[in-house]
Amino acid sequence: MGAMEFRYEVEGGNFSKAGHASSAVKKILKQLNVDARIIKRVVVALYEGEVNVVAHAHKGHILVNINEDEIGISIIDQGPGIPDIDLAMQEGFSTASAAVREMGFGAGMGLPNMKKNTDNFEIESQVGVGTTVRMTTRLS
Amino acid sequence: MAYEQFYHAIKVDESLCYGCTHCMYVCPTGAIRIRNGKASIRKEWCVDCGECKKSCPVDAFYIEQDDFDKIYDFKYRVALVPAVMIGQFPSNISESEIFSVMRELGFTHVFQTEHTVDVINDAMLLQARMAEDKPLISSFCPAVVRLIQVKFPSLTDQIIRVMSPVDASAIFFRKKLQDAGIPDEEIGIFYVTPCAAKIAGIKSQVSDRKSPLNGVINMDFLYNKVYHGIKNRAGRSSRSPGENLPNLGPKHISWSLTNGEAPYMKGRCLAIDEIHNVIDFLERVESEEITDVDFLELRACDESCAGGVLVVGNRFLTVERLRKRAALFKDIHGIPEDLEPYHDYLMNRLTIPTPEPRSMLVLDEDRAVAIRKMQQVRKLMCYLPGIDCAACGAPNCESLARDIVQKEAQLSSCIFIQRTMEKHKKLHGDHAIRIIEKTWGKDRLDKDCTKLGAKDEGT
Repeated sequence: MGAMEFRYEVEGGNFSKAGHASSAVKKILKQLNVDARIIKRVVVALYEGEVNVVAHAHKGHILVNINEDEIGISIIDQGPGIPDIDLAMQEGFSTASAAVREMGFGAGMGLPNMKKNTDNFEIESQVGVGTTVRMTTRLS
Repeated sequence: MAYEQFYHAIKVDESLCYGCTHCMYVCPTGAIRIRNGKASIRKEWCVDCGECKKSCPVDAFYIEQDDFDKIYDFKYRVALVPAVMIGQFPSNISESEIFSVMRELGFTHVFQTEHTVDVINDAMLLQARMAEDKPLISSFCPAVVRLIQVKFPSLTDQIIRVMSPVDASAIFFRKKLQDAGIPDEEIGIFYVTPCAAKIAGIKSQVSDRKSPLNGVINMDFLYNKVYHGIKNRAGRSSRSPGENLPNLGPKHISWSLTNGEAPYMKGRCLAIDEIHNVIDFLERVESEEITDVDFLELRACDESCAGGVLVVGNRFLTVERLRKRAALFKDIHGIPEDLEPYHDYLMNRLTIPTPEPRSMLVLDEDRAVAIRKMQQVRKLMCYLPGIDCAACGAPNCESLARDIVQKEAQLSSCIFIQRTMEKHKKLHGDHAIRIIEKTWGKDRLDKDCTKLGAKDEGT
């Protein structure tokens, strides 16, 4: 009782659809009377996560769980994985291709930005299999 | 909620509205429902953009205006006229002719709204320099400001806190007339408005900030009066067009058109018109998908004020005429001479407070209740057909689901649910008809050959 779950699919390589899940979550949080600043933090983190999947993975999905107190987001992808997570968490580090950078993405701020905008951030990755990010943010 | 009651200017003439779905479909905030065969507007959701009026096949929406005779409450009667007023006339009618006729109609002074844009621009640039959050959003279009308040409340802080040219010019001309020895109470300033949102904005100003305007006149009303005046007089005008003509340059003439403000702001500036385009862009700004833009000029109408709901002329021809006029006066630039001594006076009075956010999306103030309601909406969506046919009187299935949860509609309002209920003998056919009549009006399903498009239309 009191919790809602949402699932969104993310297609690797399709930048025009990046932002689909974050818009949907934004719309939900607005209806739940969540403070605009908190919505912004959640949406920024989720959008960065979506872009990561689109830019690096073959495909992925996002699970969102919302209850009265907090929002939990899991971003699960099937992709190349991250060999050195500590390095990936550094601001400015990026493995994005030139083509991706040309589209205005891949500045190396994705993961650090996600961490900065959430209350709890966990990442696990297996090279050649994929990456899972779990983030939680309190709603008040 | 403790929000200031918002006045809104668009009303439905129930004697003309026959209850169709056009307005409900186009309303960008989903503010319209059909009840008893008539469109009804949810006051607190309406941003007065005028899309409903533009889409109505029978012209059933009207915009409240002040009685024209109200101008005679004042000894000095000032008409504040925006550039698009002139733009909508055929090019063989000169602006001095238009202004002369306006003086014949009873105004003692005719001034141009865009007279003060240089000072406004200075104030905008000053705020832009000090702003932390980018992009800054122009406060020019009152429908856009309201849209941000109800649909993008997190962006209200990014709206530039500088008043629009109408208010600034009203303050300036009032002061100028006062300085010429005219007592304040004898000055009546009336704005000739191309849109409904401007009227609403003026009427709902909070009490401690009195509007510098005394009234508003709808542009279509005045256009007809002026055009009639021009067509029906022999020979030359009996009055001069007055002072302050033409002395405005390209910047002033183009300010209310698309890309009117953007070229005069610093950094990366974008101009976007038409309310659905504006919504689409603001969604992206709100999610911080777009972060490296400095300034947004956003206008609710296609072709900005030239496409205003009260502008009679075709918007593309209006723009063409104004662009030609701007080219003709290309050598005029800088602040108008008579405004120069008032620069600082005006500059000190241009700042307005940040508009209050007043989200219309919240399902309930209490988050636990809001979650419960959202769960109910999602459950209802399992049953509703997802056709978005609007036959229930709401613009789409999700709106109906929300209305049901908020106890403003019933599941049986959906005609497809009705059929399923009839099949399972849960609803009698007569009852189904009664439900439809509740939404669409009594005897709505009877044969009527006088309706729009029918055999005896209009008889």
